[in-house]
Amino acid sequence: MIDLLITYDVSTETSAGRKRLRRVAKICVAHGQRVQNSVFEVSVTEVQLLALREQLLNVMDPTEDSVRIYRLRQPREKFVDAFGRDQYRDLSAPLIL
Amino acid sequence: MRHLLNTLYVQTQGSYLRLENDNVRVDVDGEFKTRLPLHHLDGIVVFGNVLLSPYLIQKLGRSHKPVTWLTEWGQFTARSETPVSGNVLLRVAQHACTCDAARTLAVARFIAAGKLQNQKTTLLRSAREAAGEDAPALRQAARDINAQIAVLPLAETVDEVRGIEGTAARSYFEVFSLMLRANRDFFWLGERTRRPARDPINAVLNYVYTLLAGECASACQAVGLDPQIGFLHALRPGRQSLALDLMEELRPVVADRAVVTLINRQQLTPRDFILHEGRTVTLTEDGRRTILKHLQERKGEEVYHPITGRKTPIGLIPHVQARLLAQHLRGDRPHYPPYLHR
Repeated sequence: MIDLLITYDVSTETSAGRKRLRRVAKICVAHGQRVQNSVFEVSVTEVQLLALREQLLNVMDPTEDSVRIYRLRQPREKFVDAFGRDQYRDLSAPLIL
Repeated sequence: MRHLLNTLYVQTQGSYLRLENDNVRVDVDGEFKTRLPLHHLDGIVVFGNVLLSPYLIQKLGRSHKPVTWLTEWGQFTARSETPVSGNVLLRVAQHACTCDAARTLAVARFIAAGKLQNQKTTLLRSAREAAGEDAPALRQAARDINAQIAVLPLAETVDEVRGIEGTAARSYFEVFSLMLRANRDFFWLGERTRRPARDPINAVLNYVYTLLAGECASACQAVGLDPQIGFLHALRPGRQSLALDLMEELRPVVADRAVVTLINRQQLTPRDFILHEGRTVTLTEDGRRTILKHLQERKGEEVYHPITGRKTPIGLIPHVQARLLAQHLRGDRPHYPPYLHR
């Protein structure tokens, strides 16, 4: 699994832009966890990363929007410091609800 | 490379799980609890009154993630069969392993080693709390069991492993009643007798072992292993040999420890037993309820699991062990690592 940080900036001046924003957000939610408003942490396999990138590129408008995908250094917990209202859940830890 | 995915266990009664944007969304009593991306999960295990939306069940089926339904108390009820599950391959691997004498011996040895090590841990822990002459006797029994652990690698057949295990069990049960510190004149243990129980300790042990065996069988089934194909236990019609195998290493630390605690805290007293004519002993309904409640509470207690390196509730240890065994059978692990209690 690769840990990724995805951030985006989608222009919301037009209704088409707001629609793109919703769709980009939806794609990110499907793959990972929202850690801040337009910041997602995602852990995926190489194959899933290709699919994710493809979906994002299909939706965004390269002249108006920007999407950045960072690879996080692993192990994540060692290299990410989070403060404040952090809602990240370690999805490899036991999931008992 | 196989990615180790996670299993979602839902125990909260009244939970509602549904599909939302390739995530499992969990609501409890109409209130949003959490959202988990599906690609992290290899299956969902639900206990008792947990509702799954039909779209979620279908999505899980299509993506080869089985749903296992257990009762609130952990008894296996049903498991969804996905179009192509790793299930059959795992079972073939399991059958192939039992046909291979060397591999069967290796698994049996690790299971026995885990059991003996945990018996030792249990005795030494009681020795630290014991008074007077009990402590040296418990320590001596622990040393005897340690000697048997040293002999294990020399065993060349599964029968020899069973022999070593039996020798250790005798040392263990000889001093078992020394771990008790209350109502000693009532709680004594002659020898291990199954049906019928001849003394109160056997009656409790039998009851607790039955519950634990059921949990181990559920765990086997939840992982997709055939609970009847065991390694240390001989195959017999109707016998859940693999479940009994999985239980071995858990007996001392999960079951025996609970019995000792219940008696020492005087939660189980002579009043909880019925002595029948012909020297058989059974538990009263109150006694059974006391034990169930204690076991259920204990299941929630977290212990450190040395292999996964995580804190795990005791109730999930059989599931973790069944998954580790499945990984070994598939060839992802060189050997089966038993659970060693600290």
